[in-house]
Amino acid sequence: MSAPAAGFPRLLALGDAAFSVEFGASIAPETHARVLGFAAALAACAMPGVIELVPAFRSVTVHVDPDLIDPQRLAADLLALAQAGHEAAASGRRWVLPVCFDDDLAPDLPDVAAHAGLSREAVIERLTATEFSVYMLGFLPGFAYLGGLPVALEMPRLATPRTRVPAGSLAIAGRMAAVYPWDSPGGWRLVGRTGVGLFDAGSATRPALLAPGDRVRFRAVGSLAEATEAVAELP
Amino acid sequence: MSAALEIVSAGLGVSVQDLGRPGHRSIGVPLSGALDPLCLAAANHLAGSPPAAAGLEVLLAGPVLRAVGGPVGVALAGELAGRIVGAGGEVRLLAAWSAAVLLPGDSLQLGSPRGVGYVAVSGGLLTPPMLGSRATYARAGLGGVGGRALAAGDRLPCLPFVGDPQHALQAAPLQHPDGAIRVIPGPQMDHFTPAALASFYGEPWTLTPARDRMGLRLAGPRLAHVPGGADIVSDGVTPGAIQVPADGQPIVLLADCQTVGGYPKIATVIRADLPRLAHLPPGAEIRFAAVDATQAAEARAAQARLLAGWRTTLRPVARHGDIPTETLLAANLAGAALRGDEEG
Repeated sequence: MSAPAAGFPRLLALGDAAFSVEFGASIAPETHARVLGFAAALAACAMPGVIELVPAFRSVTVHVDPDLIDPQRLAADLLALAQAGHEAAASGRRWVLPVCFDDDLAPDLPDVAAHAGLSREAVIERLTATEFSVYMLGFLPGFAYLGGLPVALEMPRLATPRTRVPAGSLAIAGRMAAVYPWDSPGGWRLVGRTGVGLFDAGSATRPALLAPGDRVRFRAVGSLAEATEAVAELP
Repeated sequence: MSAALEIVSAGLGVSVQDLGRPGHRSIGVPLSGALDPLCLAAANHLAGSPPAAAGLEVLLAGPVLRAVGGPVGVALAGELAGRIVGAGGEVRLLAAWSAAVLLPGDSLQLGSPRGVGYVAVSGGLLTPPMLGSRATYARAGLGGVGGRALAAGDRLPCLPFVGDPQHALQAAPLQHPDGAIRVIPGPQMDHFTPAALASFYGEPWTLTPARDRMGLRLAGPRLAHVPGGADIVSDGVTPGAIQVPADGQPIVLLADCQTVGGYPKIATVIRADLPRLAHLPPGAEIRFAAVDATQAAEARAAQARLLAGWRTTLRPVARHGDIPTETLLAANLAGAALRGDEEG
């Protein structure tokens, strides 16, 4: 196990009912392994007063009920657990999501190709050759931030966000990719679309398709109608 | 047959809310729930319902509701008042902080609240829970009625009121404390210059009209970040967190806020003081004061005592019979009853 970044882990108060436990300053696979390891260890030990935890790129936010426990003592316990240095191996599911790259479903693909100095087909080839890692969920229910975008495809987000991004859009911005689970405003660049549902509130066990620690590949299909079935491989 | 409240007119900024949907923030589902949980608890107490029961939150213009299928007990909390129009056209007032019974066919016409108001019903609103809560989160179609804005014709199921239909209760207003909004500094106070921190705590902040259930923008002196400090690697946020984007103007996150955010958080409003913001109109000025975890715990305890003390103010209302509003107004009896209803 590599040494943690200097000054980490550290615990910061987020108001009187949450703590942010940080494992590094930037986005890196080793830091995220510590994030997932801490989240798994905390979930397993069921500390009294902990309501829920939110793993992010480099930190875990722990929401607590401050009237149930002594927050100072809980903070000390959380920091001790963080210092124990749990690391999660890649233990999530491996997904293959079908994506249609037709022109009307990928309005920003030409700009991305021009920016990268690649053909349209070469961009699709790189997108489908990449295994992405789910770093965290946020922005919208089921919206997964996918790390691992090839450097050649990095582009800033749009200067003017779209007022409506269609649900299922595969989008990239900076070093991340994501699939929009809902119609929503959005500033990422749209490079394809899937028909797979990313969120099902009626599912008691797994409302969000993707979870932090999962891996995702995209498979090109000829039409949106063919892009409705996700395939998962269990760890 | 079960009872229900039928939406005759949906009003504006009206949604089904309870105490929110904890447990799903790791998959991006916001907490949601009442902007003022204390006020919702008070409304539920007046209605004889459990504190966590779902009710209607009213932000801008009150709805018109009609009892169908059975008698419905209704209660109002916050500066929100209305009038009950009987099936035969007779009118009686429903003052802020009071409870009464709607007979089938009676409708309740609500005015506009000052800030935020709540309507609780007998047994609580029994719309289908989603992910453990009835709270509406329209962006993802969760809670309420089909996860969408309420519309005329919607029926919100509840339990029929059992007891004397003349039953009516009145309570004192539940007053949140005044004074500075108390915050716990950080988690990213080190992203700001010393001058920015001094301004944040030393200067007044004006509430702008830019507000919804996700957040509230403030206007005041521009808060400068240290070089490179205007962005962070996105991390978890919570209602009450005060984000400061590159424009230097703070945004206080509220109940429907996203679960993660990429702006530095200069401070986070303590849980006891967050509901106060929902009652302040655009243009109001606030100040922030830094406190520690012990003071925040004292504030929560004081709030619990406030609610317990308020419960002792409940009194039965002596009914006048059904008197036209004009008569009450002429007799100068309706001033308090119309509190909050000026824009109605």
